[in-house]
Amino acid sequence: MIELRSVAMSYGGTELLSDMTLKLMAGSFHFLTGPSGAGKTTFLKLCYAELMPSGGQLNLFGQDVRDLGRDDIAMLRRRVGVVHQDCQFLDHLPLLENVALPLSVAGRAVDPQELKDLLGWVGLAGQARALPPQLSGGERQRAALARAVILSPDILLADEPTGNLDWEMSLRLLTLLVELNRMGKTVVIATHDLNLIRAAKAQVPARVLRIQNRRLHLAGADL
Amino acid sequence: MRRLLGLLPQAEPRGADRVVPPTGFTARLTLLTAAAMAFLAVFALALSLASGRLADRWAEALARSATIRISAPAEQMAAQTRAVLDILAVTPGVASARALDEAEMRNLLSPWFGPDLPVDTLPLPQLVEVVETAGGLDAEGLRLRLAAEAPGALFDDHTRWRRPLVAAAERLRLLGILSLVLIGGATAAMITLAAQAALAANGQVIRVLRLVGARDVFIARAFVRRFTLRGFSGAVLGTVLGVAAVAALPDTDAAGGFLTGLGFQGWGWLWPLAIPPLAAGVAFGATRAAALRMLKGIR
Repeated sequence: MIELRSVAMSYGGTELLSDMTLKLMAGSFHFLTGPSGAGKTTFLKLCYAELMPSGGQLNLFGQDVRDLGRDDIAMLRRRVGVVHQDCQFLDHLPLLENVALPLSVAGRAVDPQELKDLLGWVGLAGQARALPPQLSGGERQRAALARAVILSPDILLADEPTGNLDWEMSLRLLTLLVELNRMGKTVVIATHDLNLIRAAKAQVPARVLRIQNRRLHLAGADL
Repeated sequence: MRRLLGLLPQAEPRGADRVVPPTGFTARLTLLTAAAMAFLAVFALALSLASGRLADRWAEALARSATIRISAPAEQMAAQTRAVLDILAVTPGVASARALDEAEMRNLLSPWFGPDLPVDTLPLPQLVEVVETAGGLDAEGLRLRLAAEAPGALFDDHTRWRRPLVAAAERLRLLGILSLVLIGGATAAMITLAAQAALAANGQVIRVLRLVGARDVFIARAFVRRFTLRGFSGAVLGTVLGVAAVAALPDTDAAGGFLTGLGFQGWGWLWPLAIPPLAAGVAFGATRAAALRMLKGIR
C-alpha cells in the first residue's frame, strides 16, 4: 500500500529524514515514535502526499507520488483517512456536516442512518448539531476519526491523536482504532505515548517504528 | 459603513458553498462594488448608444441639407433671393428650397439676442434652406451659377462643420465603448482582489478540504459560486438604479431634434439587461482564475 525506498526529505537544504525504506502492508498496525521534531509528522505527510520526498522513491497504492497530478492526489486522499492532533474542522459547520464532508467532496450521497450509526460508534450521536468549537478535545478527536473513516479508506494515519486527551479518553480512541484495524484497515499512529503503545500491543500485533537520527528503525523489541 | 452595508441583501449560501464560512462585510462590499460598476455601465452604455444615434443623425441630416446665404444691399435682396430660388428650382438634386421668413430668422437668433429681436432693422443676410434628394446635387456647378446670377449668394453644404461634428460624435461613441471595457476590467480586478482576500482568509478551510480529498475544481466552485452570485445580484441592483436614473433624465427634444437624449430608445432599453449576466460572467472568470492560481500553491 505504502512503499518507501531510500526516501529522503529535506527542508531548506537540511535533511530531516534520510534513507527510509519501509513497506506498509494491508491490514497492518504500526506505531511511529521518536522524540519531538524527529520527523513523525513529516513522515505521515509523505504518506498522504502533502509533502514530496526530496530523494528516493515513494509509492502510494502502487503509484510513484512524483507521477501524481493534483487531482490524482485528491483521489488518493479519499483512500487515506487522516486524524491530526489539532483535528482541523470547518468551525462554521455542525459536527454532522464536518463528518460528512468527505462524502460531499467526493460527490457521494449521504445516508442519514449510516451517518447516525457512525456518530454513535464514536459516541457522538448526541452532538450532531454542535459546532466544533463547542466540543471537548476528546470529542473533537473522535469526530476527526469519524470523518477520517467515513469514506472507508484503506489506510488510517493518526498524528498524536491522544496528545490532548486524558488516559481514559485515549484508551477509548485506541479501541476505535483497533476495531478499524480488525476490519482490515491499515493503521499508522504517530505518538510518543509508550503507555498507549503497550495498551495497543495487548490487543493487536502492532509494529513499532522509531525515527531516530533521521532514520527509521524497527523498535518493537524494547517495549 | 458596516451599518450601511448591513442593509444590503445577502443570499444564504447553499450546497457546496456552505464549506466557505459566511463573510458578511466583504460579501456586501463586493455586492456594492458590482452595483456601482453596473450603475456606471448603464451610463456608459447610454452614452455610447446616444452618441451613435447623434453621429448617425448629424451625418444624415446635415448631408441632405444645405444653406444659401444672400448678402446684398437691401434694395437688391428680394431680386437676388428670387434669382436664387429660380436657379434652385431647375437645379437637379434639389428636393425643395425655400427662403426663411422673419419669424424663423428671429427663432434662429433668439438664443443669442433674446426673443424681442427687431429683425427688420438689422442688416441680416437672407437664408435659403435647401433640401437635397438622396442622390445629392452638384455643389460646384451650383456655386458657379450662383456667382453668375446672384453674386451676393454663398452656397454652404455644411461640409466644413459637419465632418468634425460627426467625428466628435463617433469619438464619443468609442469613448463610451472604451468606458464599458474599462468598467468590465475594473470589476474583474476588484472581484479578483476580493476573491484573493477571501481565499487567503479561508486558508484553513482550503487545507481541510484538500485533506479530505477535495479536487481544486470543487474548492474553486465554492468560491466561484458565491462571487458570481454576488456579482450578479449587485449588477441587477446597479442596473435597475442606472436605468431608473437614465429614464429620469430631462428630454432634449427642445433642441429641435438636432441633439439627442442621453437615454435609450425603443429596443435600446433592452441593452442594460445584458449587464447583470456579463457582470456574473466577469465575476465567474475572475474568481475561478484567482482560485485555481492560488490553490496551486497549496498541496
